[in-house]
Amino acid sequence: MSGLPRATELGLIGCHVCGLVCRSVPGDERLDGDGVHDAMACPRCGSTLHRRKPNSYTRTWALLIAAFLLYIPANVLPIMRTASLNDIDDNTIISGVVELWVKGSPDLAVIVFAASIVVPMLKFLSLSMLLLSSGRGSDWARPQRAKLYRLVEFIGYWSMLDVFVVALLTALVRFSVLSRVEPLPGVIFFGLTVVLTMLASMSFDPRLIWDGRNTDD
Amino acid sequence: MRPSEALLICEHCDTVYRRRALARGEVARCARCGFELDRHRALGVNALLALILTALIVFVQANMWPIVTLGLNGQYSATTLWGMIITMWQQDAQVVAVLAAATLFFFPLAKMLVLGWLLWFGRLGRRAPGFAPLMVGLHYLGPWTMSEVFVLGALVAIVKAHNYFDVVADPGIYAYAALTLLITIFAGVDLRQLWHQTPERSP
Repeated sequence: MSGLPRATELGLIGCHVCGLVCRSVPGDERLDGDGVHDAMACPRCGSTLHRRKPNSYTRTWALLIAAFLLYIPANVLPIMRTASLNDIDDNTIISGVVELWVKGSPDLAVIVFAASIVVPMLKFLSLSMLLLSSGRGSDWARPQRAKLYRLVEFIGYWSMLDVFVVALLTALVRFSVLSRVEPLPGVIFFGLTVVLTMLASMSFDPRLIWDGRNTDD
Repeated sequence: MRPSEALLICEHCDTVYRRRALARGEVARCARCGFELDRHRALGVNALLALILTALIVFVQANMWPIVTLGLNGQYSATTLWGMIITMWQQDAQVVAVLAAATLFFFPLAKMLVLGWLLWFGRLGRRAPGFAPLMVGLHYLGPWTMSEVFVLGALVAIVKAHNYFDVVADPGIYAYAALTLLITIFAGVDLRQLWHQTPERSP
């Protein structure tokens, strides 16, 4: 055992909501593993106490796969239609980025590309990697994996950028027949993808990274 | 089961620490995983309350004033946040309308009102009515406010529209920028300090 004791070894539980340190009832096997103890609530905030987020692997995988499935139509289907007198132009996420780049705003093109493509892909890859490596109890690069999880949590919601861009342009560009912008189904799939990836990273329990066979660093 | 306020458990790896007071500018990091456990709070309850009240006023302005105006051959078109939400609803993107209304209006508003309510009583050294459930609610509301993403989105929209229209940035966008700054300041505040600062028994 290293010099850093973990709550489980000391028979303690930290409330996931308010952070209060509670003593767990010894010998109660219902508390072990992924299980939720129905009878035990945090004496301070009233939330149910659990050692690890309940069913973390199953929930995170389910949400992540659902998010990935929605991410496909989000990229394939157009997200926005620009209609003017003589032409109709449907944009996907990628073609929107290309347009920004070509029309002389490469800096913003990079930002939109990062928010709409890099961030979701990074989340899919990182969370899958964290789920697989923690599931095997691997002790490979633990501090780096912990850092990666914090990064994923921090950047997650910036993906909503493109959704807000489409919404704002739709509300603004309303010049009857001259020029109009309409949202297309891709944007709905994309919004749902972002929500699901956020839920997925929330249901992953980073404590699992450190729960392997060898708890020493 | 006896709660202990002298201990601290890292939320990201379950390592147990003894809590200690931090000096100005100090940050306590978990020695195992590097998660930020605790930091010195320069802002007291009064300063926080003042920040929240300011943010509420700016929030009202950001929502009432138009954000951007576009011009095309002498025709003008402006929108506010709610104009945008209603348009999305009418254009068969109800999912987007609901997402925008929640993350840009209802959640930030709820967060500020609840914080203001808790801090108002905290200032008097008391726990506000409904303290525990409201604190739990704030915990779950955490990452679901997206005003700062919206500001960047507005910037991208302005640049995109700039190629085809005359674009005028309206006061709403400045209010939003100010709101983002204020939100960033109080987003960094660990709300859990309120549990320690007010006495255990509810009024």
